[in-house]
Amino acid sequence: MSITNEQMIQMFTTMNKIRQFETRVQEFFADGRIPGFVHLYIGEEAIATGACATLRKEDCITSTHRGHGHLIAKGGDLKLMMAEIFGKKTGYCKGKGGSMHIAAVELGILGANGIVGGGGPIANGAALAFQYRGQDNVAVCFFGDGAANQGTTQEAMNLASAWSLPVVFVNENNGYGISCPTSKSMAITDIADRAAAYDMPGVVVDGNDVLAVYEAVSEAVRRAREGEGPSLIECKTYRWRGHFEGDACVYRDENEVQSWVERDPIRKLEEKLQEQGILSPEKSREIRDALAKELEAAVAFAEESPLPSVDELEEDVYA
Amino acid sequence: MATKTYLQALNEAMRQEMERDPEVFILGEDVGQFGGCFGVTQGLFETFGEARVKDTPITESAIVGAATGAAAMGMRPVCEIMFVDFIGVALDQLYNQAAKMRFMFGGKAKIPMVLRAPQGAGIGAAAQHSQSLEAWFAHVPGLKVVMPSTPYDAKGLLIAAIRDDNPVVFLEHKILYGIEGEVPDEPYTIELGKAKVQREGNDVTIVATAAMVHTALEAAEQLAADGIDAEVIDPRSLTPLDIDTIIDSVKKTHGLLIVHEAVRKGGVGGEIAAQVAEQAFDFLDAPIMRIGAPFTPVPFSPPLEKAFIPDAGAVVGAVKQMRG
Ligand SMILES: Cc1ncc(C[n+]2csc(CCOP(=O)(O)OP(=O)(O)O)c2C)c(N)n1
Ligand SMILES: [Mg+2]
Repeated sequence: MSITNEQMIQMFTTMNKIRQFETRVQEFFADGRIPGFVHLYIGEEAIATGACATLRKEDCITSTHRGHGHLIAKGGDLKLMMAEIFGKKTGYCKGKGGSMHIAAVELGILGANGIVGGGGPIANGAALAFQYRGQDNVAVCFFGDGAANQGTTQEAMNLASAWSLPVVFVNENNGYGISCPTSKSMAITDIADRAAAYDMPGVVVDGNDVLAVYEAVSEAVRRAREGEGPSLIECKTYRWRGHFEGDACVYRDENEVQSWVERDPIRKLEEKLQEQGILSPEKSREIRDALAKELEAAVAFAEESPLPSVDELEEDVYA
Repeated sequence: MATKTYLQALNEAMRQEMERDPEVFILGEDVGQFGGCFGVTQGLFETFGEARVKDTPITESAIVGAATGAAAMGMRPVCEIMFVDFIGVALDQLYNQAAKMRFMFGGKAKIPMVLRAPQGAGIGAAAQHSQSLEAWFAHVPGLKVVMPSTPYDAKGLLIAAIRDDNPVVFLEHKILYGIEGEVPDEPYTIELGKAKVQREGNDVTIVATAAMVHTALEAAEQLAADGIDAEVIDPRSLTPLDIDTIIDSVKKTHGLLIVHEAVRKGGVGGEIAAQVAEQAFDFLDAPIMRIGAPFTPVPFSPPLEKAFIPDAGAVVGAVKQMRG
């Protein structure tokens, strides 16, 4: 598999963009400036980044409650995202969706989802439309280890396989569904084993290695585009933050968290690129500084934007 | 114009829409060669092939989700849930996903799908195959809810539902599949949200849905023999609900009875009653009455099932009671 230096630098940039965005959201939440729930993607950036780097604009994704990373990786605009998370009228969903429902259908983002396991059946539907129309686009369904145990996920994998739909099921196994470890939620160690039940390839990758994710998803996307049907890619990872902001994390041990922080997916790529002479420390700093500027502009946009008018409440219920 | 059954009218609606628009397709359990559990999709597989008449596994969540996702991409799926009672296992995809996407996404998505399902008692199918669940769907913003009572309405409403840009829950009463009526051969639509006055009258307004429209009409004939001239209105869709036609009628008749087969408690009759009470209380000469099934699951044994389903006698009795 060939991957250019430029692509790798792009992935480095995207991962940093997600990290900076999430860190900022974390601060805002702590300051009480964001209503509702936020579920941060810090530590898992390699998955969305590697997977979406294989996609075209016309390809679709379904995302989850932990969706900011997927949106950014699929081309989401930080301004519109931050405004949405603030509940502003200028946000992606006019403030009607919030963190758990950000969508950008024009970018193929069929929504974050507040329902665990909600995305699989919908990804199939998008894939069915591609298949029916003879388009070689694909749909990627991101889902967690918790979502892996939902009936909808099994139904979706079965139907995708029975109909050879161009879907890639990207499992983000971060070891927990809220407080429940996978050791208690399932009898198997590798969710990818379930692919065998649906006669699709099941691959386990290091979810903190963006290049490994890219490689595995590329092959799955190639198969899907060529009409060979769905695949299941399980990406082993960890969430650094609590399940949602405010989670005291009583169910896990600080050493465990630290051991994963040491496997930081961003640092891992950065070191690799530096060793190979692809990315200098200066260039790396430049990238981060440029991202910080973009983020500040997004923050300013969100802060300055108006809240929706209550007159808009009853709009957009029906087409 | 030709005489057709309710079932043929529905079938013709799908056939003509599929001929008109290649983005219309059907999916569901046994809808292909088998023609659907009640035969509503008969012959469509032969004409349009398996790419457009798709047999699914027994997987209601995946059916509704596939329809939702395809609709989000601009297609016009018509999915069949074999019995409305099975919607429970797929409800999330309908009421949290399809129904809410447009709103949650700030108006940026359209979900032009139809979910067809037979409902209702009367064939001895018992508690898990006989319910009338329209009130559930009518309680969810983002869904439209349609309930045809005649072959003519069945065709026009289904074509309108397929062309509608919203998720439409289209509830067919299984006892009506065989009834006949005049149905034009050419495609036509009936606007969703327009009630139909099935019988004009001056003395009392009876609002009835689905099979109960026929029960109400039968009761109206019996009442006429006693000199009571009942007006029978079929709302045809519950969302949108044409409350104006009902209120205009109540202003004329000064009495309102609502009849549905769904259990009375929590049924749409309560909603209609409340809206009329709010908007036309001063025109009422007597308290509004509601008839619905008792608060039990649908029973199996024939005498019990018969007792469960409201009949014309109950309608006549209620009207006479209302008129003192
Ligand atoms: C149907 C449903 N059940 C429960 C929840 C509450 N909930 C939200 S996130 C979550 C955990 C999901 O775990 P996983 O799929 O592993 O995703 P992660 O949070 O680890 O990214 C739960 C139980 C929900 N939102 N939806
Ligand atoms: Mg998890």
